[in-house]
Amino acid sequence: MDEKRELLDLLRHSARESTADIARQLGIEEARVEALVAELEDEGAIRGYQAIVDWDAVDEERVTAMVELNVELDRETKYTDISARIAKFPEVSDLKLVSGDYDFAVEVSGDSMHDVSMFVSERIAPIPEVTQTVTHFVMDTYKERGIEFGDHTDDDRLTYSP
Amino acid sequence: MKRAERVQAIPPSGIRRFFEIAEEMDDVISLGVGEPDFTAPWAARTAAIDSLERGRTSYTANRGMRELREEISTYVRRWDLDYDPDEEVLVTTGASEAVDLAVRSIVDPGDVVAVPQPSYISYVPTVTFAGGEALGVPTSQADDFALTPEALREAGAADADVLMLCYPNNPTGAVMTREELAEVAAFCREHDLIVLSDEIYAGLRYDGEHTSIATLPGMRERTVVFNGFSKTHAMTGLRLGFALAPADAVTAMNRVHQYTMLSSPTTAQHAAIEALRSCDDAVEEMRTQFDRRRRFVISRFNEMGLDCFEAKGAFYAFPRCGGDDERFAEELLRERNVALVPGSVFGSGGDGHLRVSYATGMAELKTAMDRIEAFVADQWSVA
Repeated sequence: MDEKRELLDLLRHSARESTADIARQLGIEEARVEALVAELEDEGAIRGYQAIVDWDAVDEERVTAMVELNVELDRETKYTDISARIAKFPEVSDLKLVSGDYDFAVEVSGDSMHDVSMFVSERIAPIPEVTQTVTHFVMDTYKERGIEFGDHTDDDRLTYSP
Repeated sequence: MKRAERVQAIPPSGIRRFFEIAEEMDDVISLGVGEPDFTAPWAARTAAIDSLERGRTSYTANRGMRELREEISTYVRRWDLDYDPDEEVLVTTGASEAVDLAVRSIVDPGDVVAVPQPSYISYVPTVTFAGGEALGVPTSQADDFALTPEALREAGAADADVLMLCYPNNPTGAVMTREELAEVAAFCREHDLIVLSDEIYAGLRYDGEHTSIATLPGMRERTVVFNGFSKTHAMTGLRLGFALAPADAVTAMNRVHQYTMLSSPTTAQHAAIEALRSCDDAVEEMRTQFDRRRRFVISRFNEMGLDCFEAKGAFYAFPRCGGDDERFAEELLRERNVALVPGSVFGSGGDGHLRVSYATGMAELKTAMDRIEAFVADQWSVA
């Protein structure tokens, strides 16, 4: 694995690593780590750093829905035109063009089911190219971006073993 | 009740005292654990579940399921080991059983088994249980903890009957190059030693490919190789290992095995088949994580002034503590709640060192290293 790939892999596991700790783990100089991170950010390979939050753990009322979206294209309108319009809404956390029965998979978040429903019906559905929306409310999250939710952190190994 | 003399001759484990201290404490971060913090690959676990659901709860062939022996035979070819699944592979209940079977089927009372030190703590008792005599052969950091013909000669191993090897090594993390092994192999051929080679950490080598001494000229016929699923596949609790050896040696080991274990756990054998068929990616992911932690831990020890040998295999660092390792380990445990194992537990050559397992998550590892650094700075004077 080259240095950049290895750095990306490490950050994908934990973006909170300090430069010094990353340098120790990769066996390279701190200055080299800083330069690589800067390069990856400039190239657009690293788009941001976020925590993966289990909102249930902080008793925060938060509603998420996966919205299937069908659209109709014409000579002047491409997928990227529609996506640019939808992506601007802060309520949209994820937006992907997918293959299969529908065109876009949209993740929408809000403070209540009412908020999310209203957003879909008043902001997304009226977009001229949108022909259909199907909203699936998320009832529980068990795994997100490779991280399993729930209490699986107990280490039941012996304190010492051969 | 009467106890056999050879059992009474075995001293209590050198880490038992630390167990007792740690048991009474809260918030202990343990770097004393010789097992991965990962769980077995999910595909292997589902294979175990599936085997139970289908009611596969009977004994298997004494030597292990043929399907598994075939997979093992294919698996070890990555290290140029070529063994016939019908005659030369024995599935055992952990690599530990494989070591015990080999010793019991090869060593006669009074035979001498050369054991490089520091080494895994079970080798010497296993030899004693078989009525043999263990001969310690010191290795040192000056030689990167590799075994040398000079060390063997000086220890009197020319008159030994068997040589026990463990590379990549527990507790030092040392590996041996093909050239270094070739010198040891020449010594074994010259003095007619059988080699028992514990290669349980073969899949956890970080600087290149593992070499088995059995692949060197004239060594296959005098070597028994041990390996298993505990370390590389994070399957410690499933207790499954294997031995590779010429047919007559496997037949002899199987004779002991069939009267003690009969056969290894059937559920674990099903898990192992799947582990070998489809879990290489999961194993590689674990190896990558261990490698990063290895660099991190060695770097931190050197930065805090505890000279740390550059371990290239297994999942242990072996820094020098610059004083009494038992005192260091006990004070560190009592005062900073970090458990590690004093090097002297593993025999001569381990004095003044610490075995530090980095089979622990990075977050805990960082906290543990911070605590050790504070301990060294505040309370420990590095000689």
